[in-house]
Amino acid sequence: MSDAIRPMLRTEALDKSFVLHLRNGLCIPVLRHVDLTVNEGECVALTGPSGAGKSTLLRSLYGNYRADGGRIWVRHDGAMVDIAAASPRTVVQVRAATLGYVSQFLRVVPRVPALEIVAQAARGLSPEAARARAEALLLQLNIPRRMHALPPATFSGGEQQRVNLARGFIGGHPVLLLDEPTASLDAENCAVVVGMILEAKRQKVAVIGIFHDAAMREAVADRIYYVTPLQDAA
Amino acid sequence: MNEDTLLSARGLTLHFGAVPALVDVDAELWPGEVLAVVGESGSGKTSLLNVLSGRWQPQSGVVWYRDPEGKLADVHAMPQPTLRALHRSDWGFVHQNPRENLRMGVTAGGNVGERLMAQGARHYGRIREEAIAWLGQVEIDADRVDDLPRTFSGGMLQRLQIARTLVTHPRLVFMDEPTGGLDVSVQARLLDLIRSLVARLGIAAVLVTHDLTVARLLAHRIMVMQRGRVVEAGLTDQVLDDPRHAYTQLLVSSVLQA
Repeated sequence: MSDAIRPMLRTEALDKSFVLHLRNGLCIPVLRHVDLTVNEGECVALTGPSGAGKSTLLRSLYGNYRADGGRIWVRHDGAMVDIAAASPRTVVQVRAATLGYVSQFLRVVPRVPALEIVAQAARGLSPEAARARAEALLLQLNIPRRMHALPPATFSGGEQQRVNLARGFIGGHPVLLLDEPTASLDAENCAVVVGMILEAKRQKVAVIGIFHDAAMREAVADRIYYVTPLQDAA
Repeated sequence: MNEDTLLSARGLTLHFGAVPALVDVDAELWPGEVLAVVGESGSGKTSLLNVLSGRWQPQSGVVWYRDPEGKLADVHAMPQPTLRALHRSDWGFVHQNPRENLRMGVTAGGNVGERLMAQGARHYGRIREEAIAWLGQVEIDADRVDDLPRTFSGGMLQRLQIARTLVTHPRLVFMDEPTGGLDVSVQARLLDLIRSLVARLGIAAVLVTHDLTVARLLAHRIMVMQRGRVVEAGLTDQVLDDPRHAYTQLLVSSVLQA
């Protein structure tokens, strides 16, 4: 039984639209009836043309965008929790323990050194162990030691993205959401990220990602989920 | 009221003549949670802070506070001495203008030590030691401990007020525009300081601000107020990244992207 495939995240008839009150209540439907299941140790890549709603779907899965209809089940603490209906406190708990998210851009916290930003995201480690792990991850992502004590505000786009990746991976969350994690990385660093995703999959992490790069997608994804643009469908 | 809620308000209403300051406002705060209340001037956010903290009486509605022993108390039914004792110990209040809270004729160390003495501390050496430690926490040099606050800059005064407020290890802090009126660079430093202190000490806070960036950096949850009503509430990132109410959409779209 222990080898059975366990779904870690499952959406049922997920709907999401945006109502723009500043534009006379214009309603833009983006997601309609999305049914997506991701199992442990599996990587699903979201594809579709630009503007189709890939990022909207990923943000909805994290509870950052609020679903208008349907359910988003996440396996948290041994039970399936519906992120779409959960209280804010529950969403905070699910994010802390279960759902990791790497955004496209690092939201810069003023004055905090890169190493601290990464170490603070660790889970279940002593402060010393968290710092050691953060250092190892930053080095693995080719952020040299001399930069660890600096706040990343002055780093290049690619360096900030790698700090962001280290922060996303250090928690070892069972479900990991990746929004274009390698958009501004060179080939060498992309290869490092591929290695990290494959290692996470071996640790049974369920990964859902948007990868702009086809080779990257080939290397990590077990399945493709095509997000249909609703404007075309209509 | 949930078993471990720290503060819970139901149906708060307050009018100034015909002007609604609070209309049927509910609020909930858990231990260690930071709740931001945002809105323009006149939206009722400062009224809410004053009513939640017992400084003002609502015309209707109730605010419950759970003390460290787990007992519930109706904040507006407390005898004045009990409420004052609460403000000196379990609670703290950070004003936009630090001069409202600080005693300008007393040294920096004295300002911090005074809150400890109000709680019964009597050993002068230990009080001074603790005061210096707290000045360090808010990044004021120990050699300024005997200086009067009037020799401090605006940002230093605000940090001194925070040290004075946190020295008694309150469980709940009310903050009214704590970074208002400060230079941007001073604001960033103060924000980072508040963020790390609140997280490290596990303090719950109600934070009133008109600045959405401050709310995003500090708060777990956010309440958007307009004309005395809560028009939208939720996790901070949900409300700011996916605003639903017309007024929230207007606020979010009015922020200049730096």
